[in-house]
Amino acid sequence: MTITGIAAIGAGIAVIGAGMGIGKIGESAMNAMARQPEIQGKLQTSALILAAFVEAVALFGVVASLIV
Amino acid sequence: MCTFARNLEQGIFKLFIMTLNTLRAVLFLVFSVAVTNFGFASQDNEDQDKGFNAKEMIMHHVKDAHEFHIVDWDNKPISIPLPIILFTDNGLTTFMSSEFHHDDSGTHIVEKNGERFVKYHEKIYQLESGVDTLTFDEELHPTNAKLPLDFSITKNVFMMWVSVLVILLIFISAASKYKKSNNFMPRGIASFVEPLVVFIRDEVAIPMIGEKKYRRYMPFLLSVFFFIWVNNIFGLIPILNGANVSGNIAFTVSLAFFTFIITSFSGNKNYWKHIFWMPGVPVPMKIFLMPIEIVGMFVKPISLTIRLFANITAGHIIILSLMSLIFIFESVAIAPVSVGFSLFILIIEIVVTAIQAYIFTVLSALYIGTATEEEHH
Repeated sequence: MTITGIAAIGAGIAVIGAGMGIGKIGESAMNAMARQPEIQGKLQTSALILAAFVEAVALFGVVASLIV
Repeated sequence: MCTFARNLEQGIFKLFIMTLNTLRAVLFLVFSVAVTNFGFASQDNEDQDKGFNAKEMIMHHVKDAHEFHIVDWDNKPISIPLPIILFTDNGLTTFMSSEFHHDDSGTHIVEKNGERFVKYHEKIYQLESGVDTLTFDEELHPTNAKLPLDFSITKNVFMMWVSVLVILLIFISAASKYKKSNNFMPRGIASFVEPLVVFIRDEVAIPMIGEKKYRRYMPFLLSVFFFIWVNNIFGLIPILNGANVSGNIAFTVSLAFFTFIITSFSGNKNYWKHIFWMPGVPVPMKIFLMPIEIVGMFVKPISLTIRLFANITAGHIIILSLMSLIFIFESVAIAPVSVGFSLFILIIEIVVTAIQAYIFTVLSALYIGTATEEEHH
């Protein structure tokens, strides 16, 4: 297997991890919104910020596979 | 009446299911045709490797360029030339990029003031005297040429100026609308700008930085938000050839550097104390935490950089890959699928333009907020 193939697999694994993370954030945010609809706006903001943090990890993987 | 409505509902539902089934059948047909075609095509093309190179095409579109390439017509590229400004050992050298005659393989030599330049993979090299072709060592450093300092007005710089101009036009006309009205009611373009500015103030600046100090940082936050947003949108317009400004790491690095500088200079005693001598923990822990906090200080702008760069570049790469599927499969049958999917991704990308601009602004505000926070224990 070439190094590019390994890099692609690495990027894929990073995406799996980030997908699970963002899914967990979305699940919890939806639960919280259903329980307390009055603070929906606040929850949305923090969910977006947390998703951005998780996503950054996946994007590091993408960048690594772009560089290799 | 009720039964009629129910019947109608059922009818619509059945119609919907039927359409879905047909759609699925069509999709399956298209895919199978495409795959069989691909099988034949790959057999034909085995010995000739001068086919369509998707990676090269995508990288060409994502990277910065010295000319504004619009379209290929009869195998001749049509492009807008941009000025090239080089700073060599003998001083300043300027010429238009059209003098390279669209050459990007390092064969066309441009001679100016006794210096000879070639363009190879969108980099301009200054050839040594008596050399006609570029040679590279294993690490891809040129052996018989050197890189002059390149201050050219490239595609990205040009598009950045265009977006600055657009932002200036919008905001100056909005400001003049406020000046004319006597009761500060937003009218015209101002009624489009005001909700966004109020949103940044009420949802980003005040919660993150605090009621007392947010005013000082509003100009920076608003500039960053609108600049990134407009550049992201310009990146998605195909006729501008997707000038990938916010997907250029130099652009995102400089924006994140501004955040870093502002955070560091507005950091109060409390902020620096939390970095170098964390209060409320035992002394060995303070020593252990210090390097971690110092690294964290630099990781924040780096993550800001990579997030914006990778998000926008990844979006462009996905759209272009879906489009190049047509040429990889060498079939018209794949075109509707590929156009449909890339349209879908394009719509997601329109949302992403705003989200990424928002995220950058929020995180900048968050970092500034932690730097200016007062001690509360």
